[in-house]
Amino acid sequence: MLQRLRENKAWQGTLLALPTTLWLFVLLVIPLFLTLVVSFGRRSPDGGVIYGFSFHNYLRLIGYSTNCPAGQSACFDPLYAQILWRSLTLAFWTTVIVILLAYPLAYFIARSHPRRRNTFLMLVLVPLWTNFVIRVYAWMMLLREQGVINGVLGWIAAQFGLPFQPLQMLYTPGAVLVGMVYEFLPFMILPIFTSLEKIELPLYEAAADLGANPFRTFLRVTLPLSMPGVVAGTILVFIPVMGTFIVSDLLGGKQVILVGNLIQNQFLSARDPTFGSAASLILMIMTLIVTYFYTRKFGFGEEIITA
Amino acid sequence: MQSEFAVELRDVVKQFVTPEGNLLNAVDHVTMQIKNGEFFSMLGSSGCGKTTSLRMIAGFEWPTEGEVYIEGKPMGHTPPFQRKVNTVFQNYALFQHMTVYQNVAFGLEMEGADKNEIEKRVKRALEMVQLTGMERRKPRQLSGGQQQRVAVARALVKLPDVLLLDEPLGALDLKLRKEMQLELKALQQELGITFIYVTHDQEEALTMSDRIAVMSKGKVMQMGTPVEIYERPANRFVADFIGESNFLEGKIKSVSADEASVFVPALNAELSGVPMSKDFVNGEEVVISIRPEKIRIVDADAEKDGVFRAKVINSIYIGSDTHVFLDCNGVRLKVMEQNHISRLDPHSFYHKDQAVGVYLIPENTLVLKKEA
Amino acid sequence: MNPYRRHPFIRVATVLVYIFLYAPIVVLVLYSFNASRTNVLFEGFISSFGPLKTSGSLVTQSPCGPFHWFCELSRNREVGVAARNTLTIAFISTLTSTVIGTMAALALQRYNFRMKPFSQISLYIPIVIPEIVMGIGILTLFSQLFGVLNNALGLAGDSRLSLGLGTVIVSHIAFSVPFVTLVVQARLQGFDKSYEEAAMDLGANELVTFWRVTFPMILPGVLSGALLAFTLSLDDFVITFFTTGPGATTLPIYVYGLLRRIITPQVNALSTIWIAIVLTAVILLQRLQNREA
Repeated sequence: MLQRLRENKAWQGTLLALPTTLWLFVLLVIPLFLTLVVSFGRRSPDGGVIYGFSFHNYLRLIGYSTNCPAGQSACFDPLYAQILWRSLTLAFWTTVIVILLAYPLAYFIARSHPRRRNTFLMLVLVPLWTNFVIRVYAWMMLLREQGVINGVLGWIAAQFGLPFQPLQMLYTPGAVLVGMVYEFLPFMILPIFTSLEKIELPLYEAAADLGANPFRTFLRVTLPLSMPGVVAGTILVFIPVMGTFIVSDLLGGKQVILVGNLIQNQFLSARDPTFGSAASLILMIMTLIVTYFYTRKFGFGEEIITA
Repeated sequence: MQSEFAVELRDVVKQFVTPEGNLLNAVDHVTMQIKNGEFFSMLGSSGCGKTTSLRMIAGFEWPTEGEVYIEGKPMGHTPPFQRKVNTVFQNYALFQHMTVYQNVAFGLEMEGADKNEIEKRVKRALEMVQLTGMERRKPRQLSGGQQQRVAVARALVKLPDVLLLDEPLGALDLKLRKEMQLELKALQQELGITFIYVTHDQEEALTMSDRIAVMSKGKVMQMGTPVEIYERPANRFVADFIGESNFLEGKIKSVSADEASVFVPALNAELSGVPMSKDFVNGEEVVISIRPEKIRIVDADAEKDGVFRAKVINSIYIGSDTHVFLDCNGVRLKVMEQNHISRLDPHSFYHKDQAVGVYLIPENTLVLKKEA
Repeated sequence: MNPYRRHPFIRVATVLVYIFLYAPIVVLVLYSFNASRTNVLFEGFISSFGPLKTSGSLVTQSPCGPFHWFCELSRNREVGVAARNTLTIAFISTLTSTVIGTMAALALQRYNFRMKPFSQISLYIPIVIPEIVMGIGILTLFSQLFGVLNNALGLAGDSRLSLGLGTVIVSHIAFSVPFVTLVVQARLQGFDKSYEEAAMDLGANELVTFWRVTFPMILPGVLSGALLAFTLSLDDFVITFFTTGPGATTLPIYVYGLLRRIITPQVNALSTIWIAIVLTAVILLQRLQNREA
């Protein structure tokens, strides 16, 4: 028995990989399949699921509505499509801003003296490991009407004897955007740093030797070689932003409803898991499409696990 | 119990699947018999199957066909830890998380030897490789040569029947390599253990070995003592691979027991009394192999059998020798001359277009099959 | 050419981004010592020790002095329970995912077997799929499964299977095991097989070889995988949110619930403790790395 196991490498591999594979299959693959099944069903009056095969949940998401002015049996209601679009654009802008903020910092760290590099990196880890919810709370404190920013602005105004009306910052789309950027910034810094750190110094020297000025060196050497990091970072930022509901919930209130809030709502207060499942699958498909086209162009390497 | 052979490979084939999905015989029907107490080398360029053969003896790979015998016993799928052979790895494979002492003691621990015994034997092994006092260092803190010695001590402390060495000196610089070659050879003679040594360095193989197997493309091209391999290469490949050779194409005129007369069209002459090691027939197309150091350059007007007119193409001074390239009726010949006289005058060396005579001494040449 | 020369723009941008990263944290910590209950402006520390005294919205004296809110927090039993739950979940899920993730990494890096492509691809699911999709999927799985099981086994009342610590732990393992596997796999990529061959050559069988040679050598990778799993579990909100049940509240869930209703300096005190722990961990980690180097 032992002898046979020793000689059968395929069995050894299967046995070693089995717990993880089985775990992932039961807790990731099967749930996705169940979500798909549920999404074709209908809500029962008590908030359960009546199984069936109907696309009405998906039709609702793209604007088909039966809740219409008198006389019409069907009409267009853009509410959910707007939510999807809002989530997509917010994720897009968050990613863009995060890249713009993360790149210079990652570059700075990668080009700092090796002895200090670790310290700078650790400074990125502290906010990252500080709890997600706590980080949202910090921005609630800063942004609310009686919050720190308004307090400081009011104090400054008072010094000059100016009238001051507290700004409405919390519960605006801007607040959600700032919150998202803050939450996910470290996830972009680390992979970009990893790919920048891999670029060897002689490459810069070669570029300079061949007559490239620092700016052109950056454009032609540094930037292309750091793309794997940017791609990995984008995946680590874009996907969670699409699906997060706490940031919009706490910083956006009722003003900024994202697809995450929609899904959460369907499972908790609205009690329509079939519609929530459909929304969740649409969300997954949107992120998969973006990831697919994005990684097909650039690919992503081990940078993905640096965070 | 003793078998005549320490290790024997009988018609061994090892097949691999290449990344492109093709089947490749890394070792292709190899048969070798390695005698007890012998220093045996497998020599060849990378990909010739020498390392794979060694790994099959160690038990890291199993033959696709054929069988490996150690001390006369077929090994089958016996795992490495049940074979009485030990290996010195190419990159030494010293356990970085263990000290020198722990590295050397590891194999004895696995045998279940008691603490005192281990201590005694490790001490002796480290003395043997002159590393006393280094016990508590980590491999990282040692020089390349020292790491190499630890690797040897770690393998030898187990008192294996056979020690396998996979390019053990490859990472060392030239001078240290030469020192270690002599040391390893001395160690082997002192211990009387069979060494099987894999290398791509022909000088190393010639220096150390009792016998050498020259390998190419998974096959053994020739097996023999260093002298046999160098002086009587079995084929054109070996003649070319070991040392250097000039090749002249020719045709057999007549054969006797171990000599032949060969007509060489390029020289428009017949060389007689050329040694041969295989059976040839009259009229067969052959090549004559001549070692560069065995050709003599004589005066241009020397009249003698076996002397041909030639012109110097190029002459390169490399310290101990001068390499002279000659054009002899359109045949390019390389000649090595030892610089046994110290001289500075540039005119005393051969110069381009100088007319000379080359003396091809028949007993210094060899008839080989035309195809490699 | 000085390799460490950086453009002034990069320097300025770096300083600004660090300020952006740390300003909220500094405010959070500072306000956990605020004398003001409303926590709008920082109105000084509570400087005197003694029985609790207030004046308007200010706390002027507390038995704990400036640490007033920390003392309040320590009396909060819900926080204690949530902290215990959080740590229990993190420890068990880290341990499990580290063990099975390391096994899977070895399998994927060293062996060829039929389900290998599937195993490898499934590792990327938690990376490319939003957490909320996984969360509601797992919720659906558990509710369906428990419904069926409760009916089949005739369970009722307290013995009914329901969401709780168990479901949270199982789900945390699911999303952290791929990260452990990928980290260890990356370490194994640079691992020269000849070390293991050397051990076997010296007489160690597969098991001894693993424990004496392979494991010590991949230990740094395993530890960083475990660390990643631990922080992922501590930080997780979404999956926990959907898989938790009564009595299994974690700190993030508790804080979230609180924030939807009120903002209190107690949350600041909790945040300060959390940040202090993270800071200590990060400093220790750096010490460790520096020693290794």
